Amino acid sequence: MVAVNTQQPFSVTLRVWRQAGPAQPGKFVEYAAKDLSPNMSFLEMLDVVNDELTVKGEEPIAFAHDCREGICGTCSCTINGKPHGPGKGIATCQTYMRSFKDGDTIFVEPFRARAFPVVKDLITDRTAFDTITQAGGFITARAGSAPDANALPIPKGDADLAMDAAQCIGCGACVAACKNASAMLFVSAKVGHLGLLPQGQAERDRRVLAMVNTMDTLGFGSCTNQYECSAACPKLISHDFIARMNRDYLKATFRDAFKPAPAGGGGGA
Amino acid sequence: MATLDSKIPSGPLADKWRKHKTEIKLVNPANKRKYEVIVVGAGLAGASAAATLADLGYKVKCFVFHDSPRRAHSIAAQGGINAAKNYQNDGDSVHRLFYDTLKGGDYRAREANVHRLAEVSVNIIDQCVAQGVPFAREYGGLLANRSFGGAQVSRTFYARGQTGQQLLLGAYSALSRMVGAGAVDLHTNSEMLDLVVVDGQAKGVIIRDLVTGEITRHSADAVILATGGYGNVFNHSTSARGSNTTAIWRAYKRGACMANPCYTQIHPTCIPVSGDYQSKLTLMSESLRNDGRIWAPRKTGDNRAPAEIPEGDRDYYLERLYPSFGNLAPRDIASRAAKRVCDEGRGVGPTGLGVYLDFADAIHRLGEPAVRERYGNLFDIYHEITAESAYKSPMRIYPAVHYTMGGLWVDYNLMSNVPGLFVLGEANFSDHGANRLGASALMQGLADGYFVIPYTVGDYLAGQKPGSRPSVDAPEFKQAEVNVRGMTTRFISNKGQQPVSYFHKKLGKIMWEHCGMARTKAGLEAALQKIPALRDEFNASVNVPGSGDTLNQSLEQAGRVADFIELGELMCRDALTREESCGGHFREEYQHPDGECKRDDEKFGHVAAWEFQGEGKAPVRNTEPLNYEFTKMSVRNYK
Amino acid sequence: MNLVGNLFGSSIGRKILMAVTGLILIGFVIGHLVGNLQVFSHPDKLNGYAHFLRSLGPALWIARIGLLVAVVIHIWAATVLTLESKRARGGEPYGVKTWIQATLSSRYMRWTGVVVLAFLLYHLAHFTLGVVQSDTFKETEALRHYKMTADYHVLGFTVVRAGSEVLDVHRMVLLGFQPLVVAIFYIIAVGLLSLHLLHGMDSLFQTLGWRNARWARSLRTFVMLACAAYFIGSAAIPGAVLTGLLKPVPVTPSVAAHP
Repeated sequence: MVAVNTQQPFSVTLRVWRQAGPAQPGKFVEYAAKDLSPNMSFLEMLDVVNDELTVKGEEPIAFAHDCREGICGTCSCTINGKPHGPGKGIATCQTYMRSFKDGDTIFVEPFRARAFPVVKDLITDRTAFDTITQAGGFITARAGSAPDANALPIPKGDADLAMDAAQCIGCGACVAACKNASAMLFVSAKVGHLGLLPQGQAERDRRVLAMVNTMDTLGFGSCTNQYECSAACPKLISHDFIARMNRDYLKATFRDAFKPAPAGGGGGA
Repeated sequence: MATLDSKIPSGPLADKWRKHKTEIKLVNPANKRKYEVIVVGAGLAGASAAATLADLGYKVKCFVFHDSPRRAHSIAAQGGINAAKNYQNDGDSVHRLFYDTLKGGDYRAREANVHRLAEVSVNIIDQCVAQGVPFAREYGGLLANRSFGGAQVSRTFYARGQTGQQLLLGAYSALSRMVGAGAVDLHTNSEMLDLVVVDGQAKGVIIRDLVTGEITRHSADAVILATGGYGNVFNHSTSARGSNTTAIWRAYKRGACMANPCYTQIHPTCIPVSGDYQSKLTLMSESLRNDGRIWAPRKTGDNRAPAEIPEGDRDYYLERLYPSFGNLAPRDIASRAAKRVCDEGRGVGPTGLGVYLDFADAIHRLGEPAVRERYGNLFDIYHEITAESAYKSPMRIYPAVHYTMGGLWVDYNLMSNVPGLFVLGEANFSDHGANRLGASALMQGLADGYFVIPYTVGDYLAGQKPGSRPSVDAPEFKQAEVNVRGMTTRFISNKGQQPVSYFHKKLGKIMWEHCGMARTKAGLEAALQKIPALRDEFNASVNVPGSGDTLNQSLEQAGRVADFIELGELMCRDALTREESCGGHFREEYQHPDGECKRDDEKFGHVAAWEFQGEGKAPVRNTEPLNYEFTKMSVRNYK
Repeated sequence: MNLVGNLFGSSIGRKILMAVTGLILIGFVIGHLVGNLQVFSHPDKLNGYAHFLRSLGPALWIARIGLLVAVVIHIWAATVLTLESKRARGGEPYGVKTWIQATLSSRYMRWTGVVVLAFLLYHLAHFTLGVVQSDTFKETEALRHYKMTADYHVLGFTVVRAGSEVLDVHRMVLLGFQPLVVAIFYIIAVGLLSLHLLHGMDSLFQTLGWRNARWARSLRTFVMLACAAYFIGSAAIPGAVLTGLLKPVPVTPSVAAHP
């Protein structure tokens, strides 16, 4: 009954990056997106364009998406030069067409970085993030060996701060936004989350050294403290965690260099 | 006809699991590495299972269709996870959690399974905290709890509104550790397209690499499916767009029984559909109903803005129909009431499918800052999606499909009727009966993966000779691969007129109309006419551009929608034959005068497990009686 | 030992080296400026100060080598990190890329760094080595003999006595800034150096892990004030010469000829 949407249907021009595969060259292709509702999400707009392409027998635009509520971290377009589009603290899937005006030209590109090669069109391969996590982004806790959950009280402030860092959705916007394609915000969020908790202390030095080393090996750039990452982050994770990780890395490096090494030796009785 | 032996251990309820664990067979440590286990899916259940089995020493291969295991849809769960810790000293116990869950499921779950779930719930919290899951805490440093629907105690642990995310990332970190250690062979962008059954036992899968299009065969000693629910059969649901039924559906076609497929949970407070383009529905926490009042215009076709509708022309229908519970009526009742109002033509919003959730009274009573403090983040989400301020005008809400209780049939060991095929999490049917309580899905996924499957898979493997898994050159593998390739070729070469989404939308409409919140014999019979017709139309005119040798999202969707169409038919069949109302399955013919579900324990106090009989043939309905040894099936009453 | 490997081999290690060497260089440029501001005082001050520094002998060389090492490491790390970052960005540039919030000074660090290096080389050639503008340099006979009119003290110790004959650095500076182009170049260069410091001073706290949101604003304010003060102080010397506030006193033959 009540028509809340007072805006008329509108149209925009898309300039979308099309690339058939990792080895093929890509280019921008222009598409008209017509009869849009301002209440459409950006991805729903792409759905409509894709259906039209399909009906015409053309290959639809490949784009990554899944939960469409800003938590899975799958969606990954750079819209008009900003990862996840014009909004602050939201992902592409939470970007609505009402952010655009009739007649706008919208550039849609993949997240770009050498460590995130383009798979197809707007989809990039972000396996590098998994590889970094596999190097040390965990606390070793075998199922069945855990003590009672309340055996170890954790100050609320630490737990809340750890949660701030733990919110990372692993989308890669930080890398895409950074002029150096640095993964520091992603890595530092995990290092910060686990390093803030008492459970994470046993592996703290090992973790930061291993994760940073893997990050470097995978070809991410370095941090020049411009904080584009945290500004582009859909969860607005603070670059304070980067400072924290730098400190952790330095401490771990010195401890690693100067602490006495155990003699080691055999298995015992 | 499949034999459905639930293998529930004998003995007192509280001792069954303990006793079972001491009696089942073990695999010795040196032999574990000789067994290979395939895990499909890496949500809460899959990731925790893969990590735990690898930690035990089994060789594990894990397949996920996402680009990373961290993207599984468990990540989107908001509210929390239940555990009978009784940290609040408010009288909680394993037995209470068991009882609440069983009753919440409208007495359609197995007693023994539910009790085990309640028992291991306490270990889950310990495990997650040890992994570094940052649960909410009190100033004293101890874990915080909140209350949730269907319970009178505070037993829900949470991490802000992102509990599912944090639990999944915990399981993902455990899995990552094992991948880093070389103990799990992780395959991302890999979709399971067929199950391979050799000599009646599940011994492998056929996988399509979604990036390269390569189709590969993988053999194993056991196969574990943890591939989630099938809510997307309705097209519009709170599930992720990629969530699908393909893995369990293809297993069904290889002989695994599908249990209670019609049990669907519909959540009453979601943001309504705004147009035909809509791809996804977003949940608004049920907690809003504590202070919001639900209403619709009294007259049909009342086009006035909500503020212009005087008090006398408003119908606060929940308060009118359920005076004792009012706006806090149970989920299914609230959902069905909203549907009835909209069916009468009194719905609001551009589509007419919505009702108001009004905070004007609360703002008047408490002041806007207090309302903002309680619900600010939810109001923000609402504003982001609709561009409307719920402080100024009422929210529009409508029910949406949220969870599917049905799934592949499994015994107490979580093994399906096909030996060697285990099913975990939302993909199985086991613990929630006909309705799932809030904060229980996360509990079940992790219970299955961390604490049940590590024991029960060993019991099965101990009976298999090490190294006896078949070669991938076996004829069964070849046949399965040919089957998969045939499907791909058929889609690609079809060259019809309509995109896949056209059929998915059509299916969703049929399912929502006839197999949604309220079902009738006539409606279901109509659906059983429409769905096969849709299937024929799909086969004749679906258009899948591109090729099968590269990343092709249309092709992926085509396979999934084809399976949804078939599953939809089975759901309607199941709903039609279950001539009673229970939990999420509401047949209008079977209700109490007050609109409550009218169960028929005599005739339907059983699990319906459907068995595939071949293309074009009617499936067989097997039943597993629910023998309640310790609890009395009674009328669910929350008044 | 992984210490050297981690510091020189990892991205964070190199950033830490940048920060530490940057800190050393900031210390140097501030000290250098404070010393040079004595130009606004009696010529005795600057000349006595210069004479004292040169009299330090080996200590001066240690400091010079230390600074040279700091500069080399700073530039080496910057170069390596820049090249790696360029590589990390990948082959295909964005069709459209917007800045979200990075500060202006941070966006031009590499350019300001290069200009500052050019300035540094000119400055050394000018005042330390005397290979440019050599007519105003110490080899000029007229500048060799300045007689201190009072004692020059450092930390309460008399380091240069009244009556000693020292190099007339004060005059050298004023003569050196006589050409308009040189004075303007110096002002622009210290401007860019201040801009470099504006990001660098803030940034080193982040790199060393001493910065967080609680006091980031205070740090930023402090850094802005410090950089502004540095710029004003540094630009004041050529500025004063340019505007005629400071004028070299004409050399009287009697002073020059006196033994």
